[in-house]
Amino acid sequence: MTAVWLILLIPLFGIGVMALIGHTRVAGWVNVVLSAVSFAVSVWLALIVYADGPLLSVSRMLYIDAFNVYLVTLTAFVGLTTAIFSRPYMQHEVETRQIGKGRMRLYHSMYQGFMFAMQAALTTNNVGILWVAMEGATLATVLLVSLYRTPEAVEAAWKYFVLCGVGIAQALFGTVLLFFAAERVAPTRDDALLWNVLYGAASQLEPTVLTLSFVFLLVGYGTKVGLVPLHNWLPDAHSEGPTPMSAILSGLLLNVALYALVRVKMLVDGSLESNLAGHLMMGFGLLSFMVAGLFLHRQRDIKRMFSYSSIEHMGLMTFAFGIGGPIATFGALLHMTVHSLTKSAIFVTVGHASQIAGTQAIEKIRGLIRTQPTVGWGLLIGTVAIAGFPPFGVFVSEFLVLVATMKSWPWLTVPLLVGLAIAFAGLFRHIHPMVYGDPPEGQVPVRANMLPVMIQLGFVLWLGIAVPVFLSKWFEQATVLISGSSPL
Amino acid sequence: MIHWLLALAQTLLFIAMAPFLLGWIKRVKCHMQNRAAPSLWQPYRDLGKLFRKHVVLAEQASWIFRSTPYIVFGATVVCAALVPLVAVDLPTAAIADVIVLVAFFSLARFFTALAGMDIGTAFGGMGSSRDMMIGALAEPVLLMAVFTLAMTASTTNLSEATTYTLNSGLVLRPSFIFAMLGLMMVAVAETGRVPVDNPATHLELTMVHEAMILEYSGRHLALIEWAGQIKLMIYMVLVANVFFPWGIATRLEANDLAVGLVAIAAKLVLLGVVLVTWETVMAKMRLFRVPQYLGFAFLLSLLGMLTHVVLETGG
Amino acid sequence: MEFTQLSLYDQAILLLAAIVLFTSFIMLAQPRIVPLIHAFAWQGVLLAVTTALVAYVTNNPHLYISAGLNLALKALLIPWMLHRLAVRLNIHRDMEVVKYPSLTLLAGASLVVFSYYVAIPIVQLSALVTRNAIAISIAVILLGMLLMITRKKAISQVIGFMSIENGLFFAAVVSTFGMPMVVELGVAFDVLVAAVLFGVFFFQMRESIDSLDVDRLNRLREVDE
Repeated sequence: MTAVWLILLIPLFGIGVMALIGHTRVAGWVNVVLSAVSFAVSVWLALIVYADGPLLSVSRMLYIDAFNVYLVTLTAFVGLTTAIFSRPYMQHEVETRQIGKGRMRLYHSMYQGFMFAMQAALTTNNVGILWVAMEGATLATVLLVSLYRTPEAVEAAWKYFVLCGVGIAQALFGTVLLFFAAERVAPTRDDALLWNVLYGAASQLEPTVLTLSFVFLLVGYGTKVGLVPLHNWLPDAHSEGPTPMSAILSGLLLNVALYALVRVKMLVDGSLESNLAGHLMMGFGLLSFMVAGLFLHRQRDIKRMFSYSSIEHMGLMTFAFGIGGPIATFGALLHMTVHSLTKSAIFVTVGHASQIAGTQAIEKIRGLIRTQPTVGWGLLIGTVAIAGFPPFGVFVSEFLVLVATMKSWPWLTVPLLVGLAIAFAGLFRHIHPMVYGDPPEGQVPVRANMLPVMIQLGFVLWLGIAVPVFLSKWFEQATVLISGSSPL
Repeated sequence: MIHWLLALAQTLLFIAMAPFLLGWIKRVKCHMQNRAAPSLWQPYRDLGKLFRKHVVLAEQASWIFRSTPYIVFGATVVCAALVPLVAVDLPTAAIADVIVLVAFFSLARFFTALAGMDIGTAFGGMGSSRDMMIGALAEPVLLMAVFTLAMTASTTNLSEATTYTLNSGLVLRPSFIFAMLGLMMVAVAETGRVPVDNPATHLELTMVHEAMILEYSGRHLALIEWAGQIKLMIYMVLVANVFFPWGIATRLEANDLAVGLVAIAAKLVLLGVVLVTWETVMAKMRLFRVPQYLGFAFLLSLLGMLTHVVLETGG
Repeated sequence: MEFTQLSLYDQAILLLAAIVLFTSFIMLAQPRIVPLIHAFAWQGVLLAVTTALVAYVTNNPHLYISAGLNLALKALLIPWMLHRLAVRLNIHRDMEVVKYPSLTLLAGASLVVFSYYVAIPIVQLSALVTRNAIAISIAVILLGMLLMITRKKAISQVIGFMSIENGLFFAAVVSTFGMPMVVELGVAFDVLVAAVLFGVFFFQMRESIDSLDVDRLNRLREVDE
């Protein structure tokens, strides 16, 4: 049990420490150390859950089962790799853009604050606290998106704040409705928001109220997942903030929001006879997938382009969770992992690429492979991975989703394939000149630590060739939990 | 038979007391604005003076101009007969339908507007068009407030609605409160008080109601002025007796009638003070802002209706 | 049950709910900033009073704490912060021209009708005395959103956002007599932090685009020239 409390206490401690020393040169190292310790604790926690099964804290406030334990580990891992990347990157940014000491303290303490909010959202048993943590994650990062204080950054942060704020207010209303339905079946009032209690009593929850509640929760948490048409904040927020921010927003926040949505879907499925929740998720997911793929082509900013790729993949995951069967769920869980790893690796690489070229505009970035081969190759391989090429993990998960679609909704495989092709074309159309074009005069390599990127991409490759046993066991347990039957 | 006489007596009381109410309002207003107040009987003296004077008619005045004062006064007196002043159960209560009331007011307004345009002066036409605009916007509000009331009491008959409210005891209905506020705002607009129209203005370009009757003199003017005073009293009695009906006589006994008389007198005195306070605090609005004012009043009435449906029914 | 059969306290609760809705409408129509903040503060006060009354009628003492929290936060602290911000940014004398106020108010009325329709299944299931006010709370939420949509000044949008939170608090009170205390505290904390962050934001916006007109935030678009 200590592992769970440690997972939460370390980032909380980090907030306090960083508020004091965040502007010093060692702050980056402290960040890395804190993230490394968090990762170690999360691995320890994963081993405990792997051996002993679901953990419920004494106060019943924290609950770790197969679904969220691997997300906890993933979050800690991506947090670590991004922290490693962020140290030299932010030092470079401080020098070039003249970011003051106060802002660096804010950056580092809110980095840990964001990690705290993510872990709290993942480990909590209370659906209300889940909401509080999601809103907390938005609040922690909103000032970081506007860190550079340019008009575009302020605009992006304002859109992020307002759209996510209003969206998540809908989710709060959905939570209130859920509480309303739950109060009638739970033994005591305080139990009525505990997820494990609700999951046990799901069939007794009133279907009409749960339907209404799910609609609001879908709109609310769906805004944070980036589902079209609620996605407008995403490209702005992910492109205007500092690159470590983009990496963790794309890699982690979207995942946790989708996790929240799936947790609620599990309750709704238990209560409703029809698959309404699944159909809604499929509809929104497919819409996001297609629209994002089309928007990819028009982008002129490299980070915006990759954020649309994030929307597209989150749409695909939502679609897969919506289909609901074991194969689709397994595919979606695998996709959550590989997308998170790949996307954060890509954003790290993109960060270095924009530092090399001095701009984020696609048409100004050229010849990366000649200037700094590691960055060029990293970008190329990352794009290949995210576009769904075998033997990378994304291909496996997308294949699983396609198989599941062919089984239950055969005619939907056509838009899926078309969407994949469109996105693939869009990505490569932009990436090719960036990597292989003629580098402009005076482009010099930057100090870049590409090790985390290589580790992450390597892991994705490994997952594409053969999913390791412990991971597949996890995914299987989670699939059984979510969809009710095993894929294997 | 005696009931009919009582009904007649009530109507005559109504008509007779209307100038007194206006005198009271003027007196309170002067006191509030730190001016020397005229006597309470001054409106009677004014009416008397006008009745004694000679009528001056324009050459082009048609029958509309000459008959309007009588039509207006007649319609207003019929309305006065309908509204429960002292007692609810009078024989006239059978036709005391609120929609009839609104219709008679419309009739009076229609003829006044025509009379304003009849002579062909610029101010008359201007007053008529302004009054028609205000009337067109005020009438839906009035009806909406009335419908809110009618939905609760399940009737549009004024006497029955009053009896219903009386029998329910003290009930804090949100719909009534909103409908009352809407009705009060409309009453201000329809009777031409501040902030919609200043009754004491001499500047023709700021007039609405006064502009229409600018050409009248002698007994015609007396009748129209009197009708205006009765109209103000009708609105005030509506607000007082429909929303705060306690004290009104339900049986036609001597004690009940006396209590009813005292009750309505007290309520009217109080309402007069409220009206004067409102007029003193508010400034007269530009004409183009009156639609917004009436839009707000419409919102209040609409809210009254909505809160009735949402909060008071169901379950 | 019949409205007349409810106790006087229950009627008072529903009456206060109607007045809360009325304050939402006042906020929609109010073009000046300081009266807008005052209307929002009054909404907070009315909500606190309603919650306290519900606590008294239904014998739920933890609602007194919620009422106190709401009063302190939404009726005192946040309006005070907003007022101070408005004075520091020198916008407290600004007037925001509300285009088509009558149309906005009518849109608000139709939103009330819509919330009534949405709330019907919930109201039928609830056995609480305050259940009729659930539709009102949904309406307050939707009117807060309408306020955000129809305004261009950032501070008005913030007030709309806080009004949405008011509606959510009210929804929790009338449908389930409040949420568990830990959740309520969490939500209140989030709202407070959001208000502080909005304040910081105004200064950043003022510095970067030299105005607090949200329409000027238009550099990031999909259709690039």
